Amino acid sequence: MLALLRALWLILLHTFKKRVTVQYPERKAYVPPRWRGRIILSRDPDGGERCVACCLCAVACPVDCIALQATEDKTGRRYPETFRINFSRCIFCGYCEEACPTYAIQLTTDYEMGEYRRANLVYEKEDLLISGQGKYPGYNFYRVAGLEIGGKAKGEAENERPPVDVRGLLP
Amino acid sequence: MSTLQYLILIPGLIFVLMSVASGLIWLERRLLGIWQDRYGPNRVGPFGILQVLADILKVFTKEDWVPPFADKPVFIIAPAIIVVTVLITFAVVPFGPRAGLADLNIGLLFFLAMSSLGVYSVALAGWASDSKYSLLGGLRASAQMISYEVFMGLSLMGVVMLAGSFNLRTIVLAQKHMWNIVPQFLGFIIFMIAGIAETHRLPFDLPEAESELVAGFHSEYSGMKFGMFFLGEYFGITLISAMMTTLFLGGWFGPVLPPIVWFAVKTLAFICFFILLRATLPRPRYDQLMSFGWKAMFPLSLVNLLVTGGLILAGR
Repeated sequence: MLALLRALWLILLHTFKKRVTVQYPERKAYVPPRWRGRIILSRDPDGGERCVACCLCAVACPVDCIALQATEDKTGRRYPETFRINFSRCIFCGYCEEACPTYAIQLTTDYEMGEYRRANLVYEKEDLLISGQGKYPGYNFYRVAGLEIGGKAKGEAENERPPVDVRGLLP
Repeated sequence: MSTLQYLILIPGLIFVLMSVASGLIWLERRLLGIWQDRYGPNRVGPFGILQVLADILKVFTKEDWVPPFADKPVFIIAPAIIVVTVLITFAVVPFGPRAGLADLNIGLLFFLAMSSLGVYSVALAGWASDSKYSLLGGLRASAQMISYEVFMGLSLMGVVMLAGSFNLRTIVLAQKHMWNIVPQFLGFIIFMIAGIAETHRLPFDLPEAESELVAGFHSEYSGMKFGMFFLGEYFGITLISAMMTTLFLGGWFGPVLPPIVWFAVKTLAFICFFILLRATLPRPRYDQLMSFGWKAMFPLSLVNLLVTGGLILAGR
């Protein structure tokens, strides 16, 4: 009986306790920097697209929400012609970011993506592409990769030696 | 009073009670929120008070579904019973020295009879739904009723003996110098426990028991039929609080403020206490409730009756 009255009193004292609720639209909850939120496509330091349309993100995606079409520009550089993410399917697992060899696809801390119409949740390439470099500044895939594209021959990449001429006589 | 006055007063009272009941939904959610370190509904309108309006609009747009396996006429009439019986009982509640609809000389018996009839609503709803959860809820309601109705009536007999009348107005007037809560403290506690059980409020919400029976007797109900059960529950809380005010806390008596305000304040205090009980106490098993009713409350109310009667006889 006494325990009962004590419980009533203790609950009554909660009237003056601090609320745990975060009054959301006015005050935002803390979001850790590694939060897996809205997916973006980043650019390299020169302003070009990082994505090389390798489709690894689409393969890694467990819910198949990424669809892209690869193409090449006249310098021989691959890029996605279309890049579409269906956010009504996306589970924000971050596998696409892990799979990406060029740091192009990244998950951000933005989580406010509510829409009244389902179709609006399908993000096209122009919705996904941002102007900045995202989480990995200063990285440019074509500058470090030993791939030959227009304007850059083999052996001209950073930390890359010129190719060995296997038919030459000198070592 | 003339017929015309009744024609104005009755809809007026129903309107006030509707507003009180819907206000209570908001109040309960807010208070529960506060006692669980949350805010509760605070978005719609000032302090979230229009939340109720939004909820009512929503409940009217819900599909009014009657399951094909249900006993249709009983299924439909069950939610009406609880609202009607509780509303009828409000006719005998004396809100002020001259306020109140009927001045029945058996007002207290009328209250007991009507609140017992209210159990039919729950039992019939449980039966007519033809679903195991509903049936279990209805069974529990019946088991609960036979264990608390007896000592509910007995706990009030002390009050009747002190006032010498079943008329609620006379009972209030008999408390002019000392509220019944002092000489009838035991009766007050017993009646409060019985009242909580009567309205199926937590901790005695065994017929509903969300955590085990889905929603108990109203598992199969939707739309405004479900809303009627809800309304009936909140009417019931208001009624029990008003009755406790009338019978034990001196009704409209109080200094400075006008009588009707005193009545409202006391009733509201009891309602808040009910909500505090809900926020605090876990639900007992229903065999625990029955043994508590028969082995503790029933003998206690008999002792209360005996001692009160003895003291009145000795004092004569």
